[in-house]
Amino acid sequence: MHSSAALAEQFDDLEQQHESSSFGMWVFLATEVMFFGGLFTAYIIYRNFYLSAFEAGSRLLDVKIGAANTAVLLCSSLTMALGVRAAQLGKKKLLITFLVLTLLLGLAFIGIKLGLEWRHDYLEGFAPGVNWTFHGPDSRHLELFFCFYFFLTGIHALHMVIGAGILTVLIIMAGRGRFSPQRYNPVEVSGLYWHFVDIVWIFLYPLLYLIGGRY
Amino acid sequence: MWQGFPIRPEQASTIARGVDHLYYFLTAVDLFFTALIFLTIFYLAIKYRRRSAETKATQVEGNLPLEVIWTIIPLGICAVTFLWGSSLFIRNSRPPEAATEIFVVGKQWMWKLQHPEGPMEINELHVPVRRPIKLTMTSEDVIHNFYVPAFRVQKDVVPGMYTSIWFEATRTGRYHFFCNQYCGTNHAVMGGYVIVMSPDDYEQWLSGGIRGESMVSAGAKLYEQLACITCHGTGKGPPFVNLFSSQVKLTDGTTVTADEAYIRESILYPSAKIVAGYQPLMPTYKGQVTEEQILQLLAYIKSLSSGGAGQPGKPTSYPPSLEGGRQGAGNQTVGGQQSPATVPVPKGP
Amino acid sequence: MDFGLFGARRRDEERKGHYEMGTAVVEPGIESRVHYLNASYGIKSWLLTTDHKRIAMLYLASITFFFFIGGAAAVLMRLNLISPQGALLEPATYNKLFSMHGIIMVFFFLIPSIPAVLGNFLVPLMIGARDLAFPRLNLLSWYVFMVGGLFTLYAVIAGGVDTGWTFYTPLSTTYANTQVISAALGVFIAGFSSILTGLNFVVTIHKMRAPGLTWFRLPLFLWAIYATSIIQILGTPVLAITLTLVALERVFHVGVFDPAVGGDPILFQHLFWFYSHPAVYIMILPSMGVISELVTAFSKKRIFGYSFIAFSSVAIAVISFLVWGHHMFVAGQSIYAGIVFSVLSFLVAIPSAVKVFNWTATLYKGSVSYQAPMLYALGFIGLFTMGGLTGLFLATLAVDAHVHGTYFVVGHFHYIMVGGAVMGYLGGIHYWWPKISGRMYPDGWARLSAAIIFIGFNLTFFPQYMLGYLGMPRRYAVYAPEFQVLNVMSSAGASILGVGYLIPLVYMVWSMRYGPVAGPNPWGAKGLEWQTPSPPPTENFEETPKVTEEAYAYGTEETQVA
Repeated sequence: MHSSAALAEQFDDLEQQHESSSFGMWVFLATEVMFFGGLFTAYIIYRNFYLSAFEAGSRLLDVKIGAANTAVLLCSSLTMALGVRAAQLGKKKLLITFLVLTLLLGLAFIGIKLGLEWRHDYLEGFAPGVNWTFHGPDSRHLELFFCFYFFLTGIHALHMVIGAGILTVLIIMAGRGRFSPQRYNPVEVSGLYWHFVDIVWIFLYPLLYLIGGRY
Repeated sequence: MWQGFPIRPEQASTIARGVDHLYYFLTAVDLFFTALIFLTIFYLAIKYRRRSAETKATQVEGNLPLEVIWTIIPLGICAVTFLWGSSLFIRNSRPPEAATEIFVVGKQWMWKLQHPEGPMEINELHVPVRRPIKLTMTSEDVIHNFYVPAFRVQKDVVPGMYTSIWFEATRTGRYHFFCNQYCGTNHAVMGGYVIVMSPDDYEQWLSGGIRGESMVSAGAKLYEQLACITCHGTGKGPPFVNLFSSQVKLTDGTTVTADEAYIRESILYPSAKIVAGYQPLMPTYKGQVTEEQILQLLAYIKSLSSGGAGQPGKPTSYPPSLEGGRQGAGNQTVGGQQSPATVPVPKGP
Repeated sequence: MDFGLFGARRRDEERKGHYEMGTAVVEPGIESRVHYLNASYGIKSWLLTTDHKRIAMLYLASITFFFFIGGAAAVLMRLNLISPQGALLEPATYNKLFSMHGIIMVFFFLIPSIPAVLGNFLVPLMIGARDLAFPRLNLLSWYVFMVGGLFTLYAVIAGGVDTGWTFYTPLSTTYANTQVISAALGVFIAGFSSILTGLNFVVTIHKMRAPGLTWFRLPLFLWAIYATSIIQILGTPVLAITLTLVALERVFHVGVFDPAVGGDPILFQHLFWFYSHPAVYIMILPSMGVISELVTAFSKKRIFGYSFIAFSSVAIAVISFLVWGHHMFVAGQSIYAGIVFSVLSFLVAIPSAVKVFNWTATLYKGSVSYQAPMLYALGFIGLFTMGGLTGLFLATLAVDAHVHGTYFVVGHFHYIMVGGAVMGYLGGIHYWWPKISGRMYPDGWARLSAAIIFIGFNLTFFPQYMLGYLGMPRRYAVYAPEFQVLNVMSSAGASILGVGYLIPLVYMVWSMRYGPVAGPNPWGAKGLEWQTPSPPPTENFEETPKVTEEAYAYGTEETQVA
């Protein structure tokens, strides 16, 4: 019953609905670019002021775990894209499989980031304001680096959590047969969101982990 | 000006008239265009009023030449105003050579003003007339702003950095100064008076009253008391002779100018910049020196640079290119302590 | 059959009569028609509505409420300033009042006002659509706005915030011991409302225009709303992240902006003003859009220079992102940066000047009438000219070095925001009131209020320019005695202005019940919104209109007044 395309009242036809929905998501992603952009700008400025402290901070992060997380996210983008494709083709079981995989990979990312990396940093005394025990030279600027590390990855993780919530809703909707080749737009725009969150990480990883002056 | 209803503060500095002239020009432009628009609206709205329900409008789509004209003319006025204002601003921002430097520390909710010869004032500033005065300022807590309407100058006073303004008073008298950046509960009462005196009266004022030490001599004392001398006087740390305004090479290969900000940072955050060829051994003095003491150490270190009386250097918030010279020594902002015979012979390393 | 804003039952005999204009006749039977106000009843039908017109009404109620709260703060402030020692308040209280006045007026009145009330109501009507692209998102916007408002009201009740609406660091992060976090949180949340509204409008205008409605046939109000939405979308997130950093710094005692630990307080200013300067254009552009509608309707003329006004709106939106440093000329910014920002600030003035000239020229050979909306429009044009030109004073480096931070700045932005934006808003509310409520307000009272507001406004704010040049700093609870005369004048004006604002509140509410019933087009104006009954049915149009003529196509045919 619900697999027939549901045209919302305000739209004249499905095409208008589809286009509006996608366009709306792109506009929203533009706002997200500005949101993260502000934070990136502040980070880059401080890195410029306090290069050695920020490089030292960067070296204290675990590149391998970061790389693993990057791989996890990239895979999740793949599964998400495949899920969108499945929705386009009307393949319900495949869609659900890919959505679940994406969700699991996303949760894995969050688990690694929070459970492994953040926990490690906290225990080692590198958590500004909460547990900062490092008192060596230039510790204040190092603390600033870690502020940005936690803010950037934290806000990113928040977006991942929201994404996980969206995926859950999609999985439920897919399970109830709400998507069809005529109406799969929610999956598509959620895919756009997911890819965006992935791209933010692609910027975060090098800017935080890889520019410690060790190469 | 019409007695009893002033439209501008007294013109008590060398730049006041210039600023006022530009202000009058802008006022004339504003009033002219406002009147033009209001009167045109009046005229058109009355001439073309709807006399009855049958009154028809004549449709006029637009007029390209008119659009061009009323874009170009405002653009022209803006260009003139911008050029006038910027050139005046640049000129007004450059302290003349031989400006007397006075140091200002703002804090919630009072001002401490330190003369190089020693006297320190609270919420009052005595200065001689017709002598350029440069104020080098910092804050101990939040952002403040030192504003003297009669001189037409103000600048934010920011914690963690030095900002500066200069003025040359043209008339004796008492002129209000205010804190002009909201800074908390008693922001509105954080002000005082600049008291401009004749040179003779000023000398008398300087020598009367409680005579503090000159800043250079206080700084020299701190240099020993805080044990700076144990490293910087023995080769373990970089020497201070001719340090101020020089180019310093760091261990990471970069070069910086040893200005006020660099020296202040080195006292508080010594590990931030290590001079090439030295070890990162210096402990921090954060929490052990007040902003005033840092200024005294600065005065002392400046006094050790060539020129004998020291070069106060340019305000650190301006890029070198606009100071008309390269960074550091030899620029136009050279000035020195003005008071006679009170600068001690520097006890250098 | 019932009608009236809240479904109050009325008897036929109470109906006051028909509104006539020219040879018009009101269509009969209006009381038996179903429209968006009476289509359903009860609190739930309002609080869970997705009808853009009802959401606009929800916003109208909310922002009116916030306007009077912010206004009350202003009244107390001006009363206090009658005396140099402070006639009424402790400095700590005064400081909280000016902070709350700024926060509430900027974020909870000016920024939402025209977009969320008039924009929400009119955008679908003007483009011939049934609703916005995302009606449920629209409702969410309102709830988000209210949650933000609640946090801010909590901040007021729990003791207030005293950092100024500008939250400068390290005062706000380290030294203030007032409700910084709840106020910042309130603003942060309200920002999302702004973003979502802007997003909705952009998508709607792009994708849902009626057949034949090309971009250059759009009413200029929509160009203005579109330009505003671009700013809302791109600018507000930067404020969001900046306030987040302030809050995180306060909670975790870390030092992003605190120089004591290596942070840079000037970085805060850059980030803050990067949004807050474009924000002032969020506040004025929609008002300019309203003016375009008013001068055409009340001169019965096409707008002079349509494409110039349209492109000016976009130019203002773009250039507005490039001028933020003019708030920081004396902050310790380099002279070089000051020069760049000064040039750009002059540039941003040019499109506004172009608009003023084009509006004025629209009157030429028109058939001009002077109902209240037109009085507001004409007042706007004059006051905006004066206020905008004082912006040039502030863009001029050498003069700003003297008047920065003084009452000159306060005078400047109140001329634009109050003499400009608020007057445009009131003009728009009056103009579209018959469409919104199906009733006419009493024009005599409306014109009287417009005059009182104009007089009170000038008496309040013109002296402030003079105070500023004389050197009186802003945000002062007490002041030097030489400034008293001008302060008293300003406070006297404020009392008149306050009366001027209260009168419309009374007659507008009165009109909802007792005003003469209005037909679809009481002004005889062009525009799709006038081709549907007043108030419109929920779906706006019986059939999707087809557009065949340019905007403001007066003079092409007999304009039906109905």
